[in-house]
Amino acid sequence: MTRVRELLVRATNPTATVFVLLVLVFAGVFAMNPGFFEGPSLMAFLKQAAPLVILAAGQYFVIVSGNFDLSVGALVGAQVVIAARLIDGEESRTVPVLIVMALFGIAVGLVNGLITTALKVQSFITTLGMLLVLYGAIRLWTGGAPTGSLSEAFRTPGRLGIENVPVLGQIPWALLIMIAVGAGSVLLMRTRFGRILMAAGDNERAAALSGARVGTARTIAFILSGLSATVAGVLIGGFAGVSAQVGDGLEFTVITAVVLGGVVLGGGRGSVLAAMAGALVIEALFTLFNQMALPSTLRPAVQGAIIIAAVAYAARRRTRPVPTTATATPTPS
Amino acid sequence: MRTTRIAAAAAAALGILLATACTTDAPTDEAEDATTEESGDEWFVQADYEEQLAQRDVEPEGDPATPWLQAIEPEWIDTAEFAQEGGDHTVCFSNASISNPWRVTGWITMQQQVAVLQESGQIGEFRHSDAGDDDDQQISDIQAFIDSGDCDAIIISPSTTATLTPAVEAACESGVPVIVFDRGVNTDCAVTFIHPIGGYAFGADAAEFLVDNLEPGSKVLALRILPGVDVLEHRWAAAQEIFADSELEILGDEFTGGDAAEIKNIVTQYLQRGDVDGIWMDAGDGAVAAIEAFEDAGKPYPVMTGEDELSFMRKWKDTGMTALAPVYSNFQWRTPVIAATMILAGEQVPAEWVLPQEPITEAELDQYLEVNADMPSLHYAKFGGEDLPGFPDAWQDR
Repeated sequence: MTRVRELLVRATNPTATVFVLLVLVFAGVFAMNPGFFEGPSLMAFLKQAAPLVILAAGQYFVIVSGNFDLSVGALVGAQVVIAARLIDGEESRTVPVLIVMALFGIAVGLVNGLITTALKVQSFITTLGMLLVLYGAIRLWTGGAPTGSLSEAFRTPGRLGIENVPVLGQIPWALLIMIAVGAGSVLLMRTRFGRILMAAGDNERAAALSGARVGTARTIAFILSGLSATVAGVLIGGFAGVSAQVGDGLEFTVITAVVLGGVVLGGGRGSVLAAMAGALVIEALFTLFNQMALPSTLRPAVQGAIIIAAVAYAARRRTRPVPTTATATPTPS
Repeated sequence: MRTTRIAAAAAAALGILLATACTTDAPTDEAEDATTEESGDEWFVQADYEEQLAQRDVEPEGDPATPWLQAIEPEWIDTAEFAQEGGDHTVCFSNASISNPWRVTGWITMQQQVAVLQESGQIGEFRHSDAGDDDDQQISDIQAFIDSGDCDAIIISPSTTATLTPAVEAACESGVPVIVFDRGVNTDCAVTFIHPIGGYAFGADAAEFLVDNLEPGSKVLALRILPGVDVLEHRWAAAQEIFADSELEILGDEFTGGDAAEIKNIVTQYLQRGDVDGIWMDAGDGAVAAIEAFEDAGKPYPVMTGEDELSFMRKWKDTGMTALAPVYSNFQWRTPVIAATMILAGEQVPAEWVLPQEPITEAELDQYLEVNADMPSLHYAKFGGEDLPGFPDAWQDR
């Protein structure tokens, strides 16, 4: 009995919900178009999903430590525009510009982190401000239209891969980068830093009293988010080139992905793997809509409904095993 | 319990945020009339459609070397009542926004034209305000121009049609000549309304090209920026009319927000499901990403229509594909300031100043690429500023 119950609990725990959802969405895609799971088309899907998955990993660190990072969409856009302007088609500038971009990503994360932790400004406000600052600064710098172009080498990670692989066709570099980022993130969460991050989101005071340097850990989380936006920017820019709209609205998509992965806003709960799976679900959902030829005007509404339903389901399940206290009414179910 | 509430609230908030992010974040391209209260088939007005298609074949009056001064079937009106002695007039310009590359290009052209007119002493001070796509901001911008009493002429590029109409009427009532261009308003109180032929002509040019260059039964994918902006809806409505009478199969019409990554995703997915022979776009933003999707999937290039944005035209040249660049004449940004000086000099102007709007064909491709060789990729080929003194630096260094 206990074992059955344990299994049930495990299957219905919020982290597992996202994997169940992923299977459901993929089943839907398969029903619409079995060809989707052939090597090349699956690889193409993973290639275009990789940037969001990487962003979700970065956002996870910030959210699990009890903050938000709304600036990532604008940062991705800024990075692509900066890259195009600085490289301006010159192959030889690729590596120096990549270094500049990494430094810029770290700097933005550091500023977000320091303002949030040292000045005690709520991260929602800090990063919303950063979003506007970046958006405005890029508009000012470029006069509204990005100039320059990316080099072939810069575009390689986002666009190309290991060619002529049997069955799969091409293994995209983006997929390998995504796996590396994922593995790195999982390992990082198992370190002391990861535990402090989790504790900071769960109960800041308790974590601080037990001697953890909460502010430092949170600042590092913002830096990781800035770095993930940089990597995502390199992949997105590589995938599709420069346009004025790169990164628009990505912050909401990625926060949705993380929440869909069962990570609780406010911090303290959730796994980075599930957050990344949440990003895959969102991308798979877009694919499903496309396969269903759902009218594009209806898509945001359907997407919103699915997300609310999934998160509400996960939240309901989460509260069940916990005994209720006298002050709060349990959710009717 | 705390987590339940936080999660539920977050879910609701994110649902809303996501929905709004997806529906309002996209850029409105060179929209003419952005009335959103209409829907569905109401975007199609048969008479306007026929008029615009006919205007494409009308020889415009004026010198073809200066298309920004040409006019199609003009009805010249007398402006002697606005004539003022001397020069150094103060001209005021209320701009809807410079929120997309097309508007940025045009705004640079206008400033360069103003510099010429200032040099010649026809314009003294040139004031401008940028409403950042905000109707309320633009209404107060226009009111501020009226209240200042300094403007000898007011130029308005309206943000949206219905909302800005009273503001334009107020400007007319102040007694100074008013010039409206690009997007229209629901009043003809302005001395002149300057615009290229329009959205129906753009969409029809593109659709006819696909019909002419594809075999019957070929499959066409339509890529659109966003719904609800009427000049973009007109482009699609005209294309639907023409596709309906053809034997092409329309695979679907997708909204992309003009985002290159989104475009590449969508086209890649369509290619996974089957062949795509033609691509119709309602604006050129991100056209290169669509072409790259074919390259990366190892498929032959489609027959394609984009816009006169240089990134698309350069890719067209590099690949040698069969393509057309429909044009929503960017050079119209020169006309309003010239019109202002004409009106203040008491010269006749057309009541509705319809500028020519001709697509760039393969035969003209090299010529336009050569003229714009040093221009950035998000520049528009028919910007019409090659003869201005600031060329080419002003457009390069933006």
